[in-house]
Amino acid sequence: MYKYMIKRFLISIPLLLIISFLTFVLIHLSPLDPAEVVLQAQGVPVITEELMVQTKQELGLDQPFLIRYLAWFASCLQLDFGDSYVTGQPVWSLLAPAFLNTVKLTMVSALLIIVLSIVLGVVCALREGKMTDKTVRGISFFVTAMPSYALAAILIWLFSVKLDLLPTSGMNSLSSYILPVIVIAVSYAGLYFRIIRSSMLNNLNENYVMYGRACGLPEHKITKTILRNSLQVAVSVFCMAVPIILGSTVVVENMFAWPGLGSLSVKSILSRDFPMIQAYVLVLATAFVLFNTVSDMINAAINPKLREGL
Amino acid sequence: MPNFLEVNHLKVWDKSSGEVILHDSSFKVNAESCLAVVGESGSGKSVTCRAIMRLNKPWVSQSGEILLHGENLSFLSDKEMRQKRGKTMYLIMQHGMSAFDPSTVVGVHLYETLKQHFGWNKHEAAGHMSIAMKSVMLKEPMEIMNKYPHQLSGGMLQRIMIALALVLEPDLIIADEPTTALDTISQYEVLEQFLQLRERLGCSMIFVSHDLGMVRKLADEVLVMKNGVIVEQGSTESIFTAAKHEYTRYLVSTKQTLNDHFKSVMGGQGVAKR
Repeated sequence: MYKYMIKRFLISIPLLLIISFLTFVLIHLSPLDPAEVVLQAQGVPVITEELMVQTKQELGLDQPFLIRYLAWFASCLQLDFGDSYVTGQPVWSLLAPAFLNTVKLTMVSALLIIVLSIVLGVVCALREGKMTDKTVRGISFFVTAMPSYALAAILIWLFSVKLDLLPTSGMNSLSSYILPVIVIAVSYAGLYFRIIRSSMLNNLNENYVMYGRACGLPEHKITKTILRNSLQVAVSVFCMAVPIILGSTVVVENMFAWPGLGSLSVKSILSRDFPMIQAYVLVLATAFVLFNTVSDMINAAINPKLREGL
Repeated sequence: MPNFLEVNHLKVWDKSSGEVILHDSSFKVNAESCLAVVGESGSGKSVTCRAIMRLNKPWVSQSGEILLHGENLSFLSDKEMRQKRGKTMYLIMQHGMSAFDPSTVVGVHLYETLKQHFGWNKHEAAGHMSIAMKSVMLKEPMEIMNKYPHQLSGGMLQRIMIALALVLEPDLIIADEPTTALDTISQYEVLEQFLQLRERLGCSMIFVSHDLGMVRKLADEVLVMKNGVIVEQGSTESIFTAAKHEYTRYLVSTKQTLNDHFKSVMGGQGVAKR
């Protein structure tokens, strides 16, 4: 198992290298000249040829492409993503707190998603075709289909305005987590519990379930076995949900004025703040690779066959 | 001899489609004897086995009397039935490869089953299993119990199921085509284990198979099924020598043709006839 984990980890390193290179290339394929963006952002009234050359030198843009990439990559490794073109502050000092806020929101949501999906999935699978199953699936269909801004608006109106129980926005106390977390979790859990449900139903007809019953094992042990075998599909989905939520909290963060990555990224993209965008893409891509690796490791722990494949 | 298991007017049908799978089955298994159930695929052999254990799929319903030691199993609660399964009646599955939970080592299933019926801890269970596994020619049982199902062969898994039966000492063993998924050599070895199992436990057995050679060797009585109906039942000798029903004669004769063909191919060495 440890051998597998080390191998799997090593494989993700070249992937990260490729991602960092692609990020760098894509940004530099942009038709805009970074020097011009910087000067515009600094509010320089007349952009002269001289000024452009000077700025390029300051930013190191006169260097060959590969050298620039290597320099950028080396500093990225030390979490130095350069300075923001717009504010002049180090990118990391802006990105880190926003990232942390989004991570907090994501982690709490992911936890709720996992708990909700497993509980609903198991209950629905065991009550297949009965009222409970039909009701849960019906409600989840409705809630998943609803856009998250609509759901957010309804919840804010009900719980914050009408009942005055929860804060409308911001990130001031634990209670500010409740509404955004519900909005995120409900839409994902509504999809994921179906994966667990159908996977459980598939496993229900497996021979090992029949043999377990034939040996007189109690139902709760059999359910546990089925769940463990059903989780394989779900683990990958759950682990990938974390980076997906990290990158897609824009709507929810804007609705609830959450000072996170979503709001920051939109601002950076609109002001063409290249170092910020680069860092944002790199951080998210790293999160994707990281969680993919983690999901493979968890799957290998559940499914011994996978360990031998690498 | 007293009837140990008596099945009267067993009817099994699919609730959703209304299709009848078993029409009206009645048969008996005597104490310490072996009843073979033969017939083509889809004739209702497995469904009969599962109906006795009450293990058919939830959309399948059954009616009729199943008397074990004179006790009607149809009236038992789920919990009482669960206590009977494994301890009193034990099922040996067709596919050893898929009978064990693929996500854990095979030992876990064995320990949990023995804990359930005897309250043994892991150490005690492993001790009993080791002895049983050695007696079915599984060397190094501790190592095998720490392996995942996919790391073992079908024949080995089949023998683990037999070893568990040796420890559980059930009164009735139902074996649902236990050798079909195995190669010829493993088939022979597993058959040997079944003969010994009967000898050692003195239990009754229902042995489902479409290998008539094996049936002849193992069974006292034979039940022939076709399309969910029992077409003939009788002692093994009478079925093989003086079958009344046309279908039985057909089964026996095809087997004979196969055997003759096999013998001629193997140059007169009738390995298959064992």
